Amino acid sequence: MKVLLALKRVIDPYVKIRVRADGSGVETANVKMSINPFDEIAIEEAVRLKEQGLARLTQVVSIGPEAVQENLRTALALGIDEALLVPCEQTLPALAIARVLKAIILIEKPDLVLLGKQAIDDDNNQIGQILAALLDWPQCTFASQLKVQGDSIEVTREVDGGLEILSAKLPAVVTTDLRLNTPRYASLPNIMKAKQKPLTRVSLEELGVCLTANIETLSVSAPKERKAGIRVDSVDELLDKLRHEAKVIE
Amino acid sequence: MRTLIVAEHDHQHLKSGTLSTLTAAMALKSPIDLIVIGQHCHSVVQEARSLAGVQCVIVADHEVYQSLLAENLAKLLASFAQDYTHILCPASTFGKDLLPRLAGLLECSLASDIIEIIDQDTFIRPIYAGNALATVRLKENTRLLTVRSSAFAKYTLQAETLVELRACDRVYAAEKTSLIRREESQNDRPELANAKVVVSGGRGLQNKENFALIEALADKLGAAVGASRAAVDAGFVPNDYQVGQTGKVVAPNLYIGIGISGAIQHLAGMKDSRVIVAINKDPEAPIFQIADYGLVGDLFKIIPELLSKL
Repeated sequence: MKVLLALKRVIDPYVKIRVRADGSGVETANVKMSINPFDEIAIEEAVRLKEQGLARLTQVVSIGPEAVQENLRTALALGIDEALLVPCEQTLPALAIARVLKAIILIEKPDLVLLGKQAIDDDNNQIGQILAALLDWPQCTFASQLKVQGDSIEVTREVDGGLEILSAKLPAVVTTDLRLNTPRYASLPNIMKAKQKPLTRVSLEELGVCLTANIETLSVSAPKERKAGIRVDSVDELLDKLRHEAKVIE
Repeated sequence: MRTLIVAEHDHQHLKSGTLSTLTAAMALKSPIDLIVIGQHCHSVVQEARSLAGVQCVIVADHEVYQSLLAENLAKLLASFAQDYTHILCPASTFGKDLLPRLAGLLECSLASDIIEIIDQDTFIRPIYAGNALATVRLKENTRLLTVRSSAFAKYTLQAETLVELRACDRVYAAEKTSLIRREESQNDRPELANAKVVVSGGRGLQNKENFALIEALADKLGAAVGASRAAVDAGFVPNDYQVGQTGKVVAPNLYIGIGISGAIQHLAGMKDSRVIVAINKDPEAPIFQIADYGLVGDLFKIIPELLSKL
């Protein structure tokens, strides 16, 4: 089985973001960037499938600026076999990203595509589902468990109010949720070894994909700041405030 | 201009997110139809037909729709797309699974998790876990939207007579996906994402056994239990308790954070709560900067006192 996953370079989840005063977006210059946390879970799952002998080859792809190389190398250090970079300086809408991934998938022909359920910057939660529709493949979103059974998979999904267990025929798209696994750290020898692993470039022109989509971000603003409230000195005072001032408990 | 709402239901009742989505749809000021897809969902249809804001309830009742899978539901919805300028669904796991797949079939763009409707093309949605708000415009013939339920009131106006019913006999089977089973959450506590009150614990609890104090307090308040990433990483509770940018984003009426310092990651997941209470022994903990009521002290003394006085 061949497994392909995608990663996105995002602002590190532990960094406090700053909205640009002109409303053009969020400041990314001189900000620590990391692999989208849900994509780290996809990397870990692919590596585990390889270790279990279920995946023959694992590939990671990213569409983004040259700096994404650093994150692709991290994925290779974590145990992914090959990396593909689609250089792109602009921010593409979800539909365009899905079209690029589809074009790559038609070339690489993976049996399983693993994607993070959402990127923590735009919080769209769309690409896996759009991609599955474009390919007419089954989708198993928000996965917390993945079992490969011959030419199908059994996926446990985290849904509101519980779990849902689906069976899907391969090839399929799976999007990862937090409980799927706990990603490992890359060891120093593996970081060194990763430098020898293949990282190939594919241009958008080669893929010949339509990048336009009919969604436009007009502005980005900061939400209303929340002000600090008051300090209370005792449990009694707290309960009194909650009962009579905030009226949130009886 | 015509709007279609995809009802979310459990074959017995409409889920409340459907009612919030209807409130949102009213802002589009065009006629609204509501589609119920499932099998043997008569009681859902009756509920839907009593909503004054709906012009027509469309029912696709067939065994192929019993499992509510995105694979075939999206195909059915795609067959309706040309009749509608807007298709809306709650931004629940159901809607988040389904509507992007529909967007893929139609090759059009979707605005996820909207919290405000400016006009028929323009919507506000949170990005960076609510640390920024994006105003987006959709230039599609059919605009697809998922709606954040907590941002819109539940629609309550009852129709005087049952609204028009239209049966749909289009059948699309899911060929590549099948449902094996559903497992409802076993605990009696409310669901974290929709709870009115959330009690969360952090590293300050020190170990798994002590976390029972948080659960006891939650049960006393009828609250859901949450946790910071630090508490999850330390193994006090499973991953699905995590409130934060990479966990669940919650906005309850009352959020009580205990032994949580307030990392950015965590604050992103709870700062839209109506009232925030922070209890921490460190007076400098960042969580106090956004808390409405802060109490500095030893949680091992404070929680038992709260339990005895509630």
